[in-house]
Amino acid sequence: MKNNGYFKELFVGAKSLLVGLGVTFKAFTQPIVTVQYPREKLEITPNYRGHIELVRDPETGECPCIVCGMCARTCPCGCITVKGEKKEGEKRKSLTVFQLDFTKCSLCGLCVESCPKAAIDFSQDYNIAGFTREEFHYDLIKRLEERG
Amino acid sequence: METAVSHELVRMVIAAVLVIAFVFLNAMIMGYLERKISAHIQRRPGLMEVGPHGILQLLIDGLKLIGKQLIVPKDADKPLFRLAPLLSFTPVVLPLIVIPFGPKLQVRDLDIGLVFILAVSSLNVMAILIAGWSSNNKYSLFGAMRSVAQNISYEIPMLLSLLAVVMITNTFSMQGIIAAQNKIWFFIVQPVAFLIYLTASFAETNRAPFDLPEAESELTAGYHTEYSGMGFSLFMLAEYANMFVVCSIATVLFLGGWRGIPLPLGDYGPAIWFFLKVYGLMLFMIWVRWTYPRTRFDQLMNFCWKYMIPFALVNLLVTAVVVKLI
Repeated sequence: MKNNGYFKELFVGAKSLLVGLGVTFKAFTQPIVTVQYPREKLEITPNYRGHIELVRDPETGECPCIVCGMCARTCPCGCITVKGEKKEGEKRKSLTVFQLDFTKCSLCGLCVESCPKAAIDFSQDYNIAGFTREEFHYDLIKRLEERG
Repeated sequence: METAVSHELVRMVIAAVLVIAFVFLNAMIMGYLERKISAHIQRRPGLMEVGPHGILQLLIDGLKLIGKQLIVPKDADKPLFRLAPLLSFTPVVLPLIVIPFGPKLQVRDLDIGLVFILAVSSLNVMAILIAGWSSNNKYSLFGAMRSVAQNISYEIPMLLSLLAVVMITNTFSMQGIIAAQNKIWFFIVQPVAFLIYLTASFAETNRAPFDLPEAESELTAGYHTEYSGMGFSLFMLAEYANMFVVCSIATVLFLGGWRGIPLPLGDYGPAIWFFLKVYGLMLFMIWVRWTYPRTRFDQLMNFCWKYMIPFALVNLLVTAVVVKLI
């Protein structure tokens, strides 16, 4: 009578089943690895490229924007609106309007690259949700002031 | 005589209420443990939201299921469709009548206790077939066919392995079988029968790795695809109660029933031992479910016919010869 590996299969199978139980038991005793999102949050990497944000010059504490409009012109989505005016007694134009329509933004980052004064940078915001489109029309000057 | 009858009536009512309450409680405990253990095996915390460590989650789930609408599919066989969940629930409640939780804590010690349990719990197959048939849904029907084929073929090794024990004890009474284990528990005498019984009971309860009736990718949820609300939860209750029943049989026949080191709790000590053993086995079933991938249908049948039944038959033969010689 041929028994082509009948008993061998049985023993190998039984052994592998026991090994499997061992693996899951080990996993059971080990600590949890998942992050409990609303209560725990992971640190976002500094390389994260969120929507753009105006930044301050660390020396003067002012926004270095010169209202050249490079960002608005280079934006392929046309989602940046920049306006400025020249005030009496000042050398350069000062910024009055800097709006980002984040609903259109493709996060390409060309605005950040093209800015001659490094006045804009990527933000770290990642959990953005809202009920209306208007919530994503950001007034970046206001956001800059709010950040202090 | 008058008082004897009424005593018997009171006893029956109390037993019925306790048994049904226990089935619901058992499903809640097992549902919680199942989700918690599976979570920890996958190294996540699992239920955490309702109550401390999510203890009340199953209560809330139960309330949700009770509140849900019972939908009967178009062109379904309505009376049968409604009957099937009840039919699947009844046969798993009935065996609890003869299960000995302790030396005195038992509803009825029938002379044919074991036969009664096996006969009644095989009615479950009928309920599954009715559920699949009456749903008017091809997935339900295929799921039911698979389940029936699996349950019927695994009942054979299960019965053969239990028969080996009965040959030693010479009785079908549950208390009688426990009494026969006063010197040595039968899983030492009958290790092969114990292993075969355990494996077959996984298949009987339709649990992983033999949970083929519920194959999401092929059959959606199998025979209870079309059930919602309480209809569905009765099937789930039946599944967990069924687990309890098969584990109780294993405890009574192989692990000495309520026997254990005496605890200073009077008549409750043995009951605690009984529950410890049964829940130990049930935790093992959960552990197995979250360890193994499911078998293919042909592997399932091959395993039954090529390994389980021959081994059970050889075991039975050896037992018969040894019992005759001693």
